[in-house]
Amino acid sequence: MTITRQAFFRMTGLAALAQAGRRLMAAVAPRRWAMVVDAQKCLRDQGCTRCIQACHRAHNVPTLPRPNHQVAWIWKERYERAFPSQRNEYTAETFKDKPVLVLCNHCDNPPCVRVCPTRATWKREDGLVMMDWHRCIGCRYCVAACPYGSRSFNWVDPRPHLPELTADFPTRSKGVVEKCTFCEARLAQGRPPACVEACPDKALVFGNLADPDSEVRKLLRARYTIRRKPELGTQPQIFYIV
Amino acid sequence: MFMFEKAITGSRRYWLWVLALMALLGLGLLGWLHQFQQGLGVTGLNRDISWGLYIAQFTFLVGVAASAVMVVLPYYLHNFKAFARITILGEFLAISAVTMCMLFVFVDMGQPTRVLNMMLHPTLNSIMFWDFVSLGGYLLLNGVIALVTLSAERKGVAPPAWIKPVILLSIPWAVSIHTVTAFLYSGLPGRSLWLTAILAPRFLASAFSAGPALLILLCLVIRKLTRFDPGKEPIQKLALIVTYAMLINVFFVAMEFFTAFYSQIPEHLEHFHYLLHGLEGSAGLVPWMWVSMTLAVVALPLLIVPRARRNEKVLALTCGIVFLSLWIDKGIILIVGGFVPSPLGAVTAYAPTLPELAITLAIWALGALMITVFYKIALSVRESLEEPGTDGSVPAGTLPSVPAVH
Repeated sequence: MTITRQAFFRMTGLAALAQAGRRLMAAVAPRRWAMVVDAQKCLRDQGCTRCIQACHRAHNVPTLPRPNHQVAWIWKERYERAFPSQRNEYTAETFKDKPVLVLCNHCDNPPCVRVCPTRATWKREDGLVMMDWHRCIGCRYCVAACPYGSRSFNWVDPRPHLPELTADFPTRSKGVVEKCTFCEARLAQGRPPACVEACPDKALVFGNLADPDSEVRKLLRARYTIRRKPELGTQPQIFYIV
Repeated sequence: MFMFEKAITGSRRYWLWVLALMALLGLGLLGWLHQFQQGLGVTGLNRDISWGLYIAQFTFLVGVAASAVMVVLPYYLHNFKAFARITILGEFLAISAVTMCMLFVFVDMGQPTRVLNMMLHPTLNSIMFWDFVSLGGYLLLNGVIALVTLSAERKGVAPPAWIKPVILLSIPWAVSIHTVTAFLYSGLPGRSLWLTAILAPRFLASAFSAGPALLILLCLVIRKLTRFDPGKEPIQKLALIVTYAMLINVFFVAMEFFTAFYSQIPEHLEHFHYLLHGLEGSAGLVPWMWVSMTLAVVALPLLIVPRARRNEKVLALTCGIVFLSLWIDKGIILIVGGFVPSPLGAVTAYAPTLPELAITLAIWALGALMITVFYKIALSVRESLEEPGTDGSVPAGTLPSVPAVH
């Protein structure tokens, strides 16, 4: 491909303009993406995995033969495991051993970002914790640092294990870490994350914490919510109504 | 290459040893090619236990590398002459150990071809970046020091004056490599076994015990196999260092037990329960834990009682016990144990696979090969100085008197 000088300047100029526009938007209308999971609603149909399927299909997440090599962006975890400090002998029957939906918490103070030696994972201004699969060296320091088990490493080549290929999303190579990205590509198009869209019970509510009138803020005002391991100071941005 | 000619002349026994190590290296290389092609899935590592044998060996060997300071410091700071004969051995041990450390990190990488991204995108907030800097610097420092002092010794002249500040710098640097390595673990919010301020001091104590113990064993082997005698005094001084360091190490470990068992905070306690008697029927590390603790307890009286320590036969056994105990402690238990139970409470089993073991063994073999070659060079220089005429590099009769190395 050849490129004229004029085209080069035009592209550079547009990129600079876009960057300036993005900063302006962030200053004028700040964004802080977050999610509220209504764990009660989610329990209505415990066999439902629609959000998981939608996410894993949209993002080319493989289904691997060995469970301990599994890659997962969003999955169901036993209540006692999702909230270990809430565990007691008399845990309400509604939650005891019941599945709770877990995913990357997109922490405000993410330890995974702090430890990464190549800045292959970073936090955006709007709070999304991102991953660069092309820069990641596969050291798995972020996996050790994440207190939520939200990061998956590609122990084997994932490509032969994709039941169906979604063409508009990249696949990963072996040896890199991946996780939920809060569907940043969909957000850029003004669409909600795939899991939110797939939930028939509207148990997942996604929105902007920086906007006091957003649906998430309304829910957080109206309902009592908990977060996973808040005592670790990571400031998780997934809130649970229990 | 630097005095390398001395490494390619040797007895039949020497060559058999070198060939055996090379064979292990070859096997490990095959294992690594397999891993490179298939991914880290060929190891026993998994979702919950994402670091294992490789990173544990790395952690243990950083300690061995740092322990060179236990001969360098008394010799150069306190002019402790008895260590003159073994300082170079300590430095070469450090060089070999750091090289092994770097290789163990390298083979643990999911994308080894991208490892230079660490330098392309230096990240000051990542402890791994700092570990890379401190290990690289330590390798460079010890390489320069060993090269300069040994070639000065060979020529029978005093080393250049500029090497002294470099040597002094290597002392705090040695402490830094193991401190930063401990920080890799002790700064992670969800891993309670590691989340303890005493981890770095404990790492140093166990390093200054295991490293000199290995050095004593190497000195004894050298005395048996070569004409070079490191002497009784430096070995006894090293034994004293091992004794104090081991006592401090056991004390620090006891502190960990107290805090966990008296506070009874589940996240802290569960790791110890897993190590001492297993959790949910998974008890893979339990025998290792008990062997390591038993060996440590057996080693203490053998180190403390002067008569036992001064008997070199007993001391050799004691050093073997100390080394094994601490290798199990850091080279297996501490890293794997930190992952079980997982932050979500999952108890998962981990056992290294054949390729993983072959790669691990190969890196140890490479370390042994480096030590062999380095020591061969250093001792050939010494022998040729002490018995002029036996080595072509120093013509008999022209030999100047040998000054102190520093």
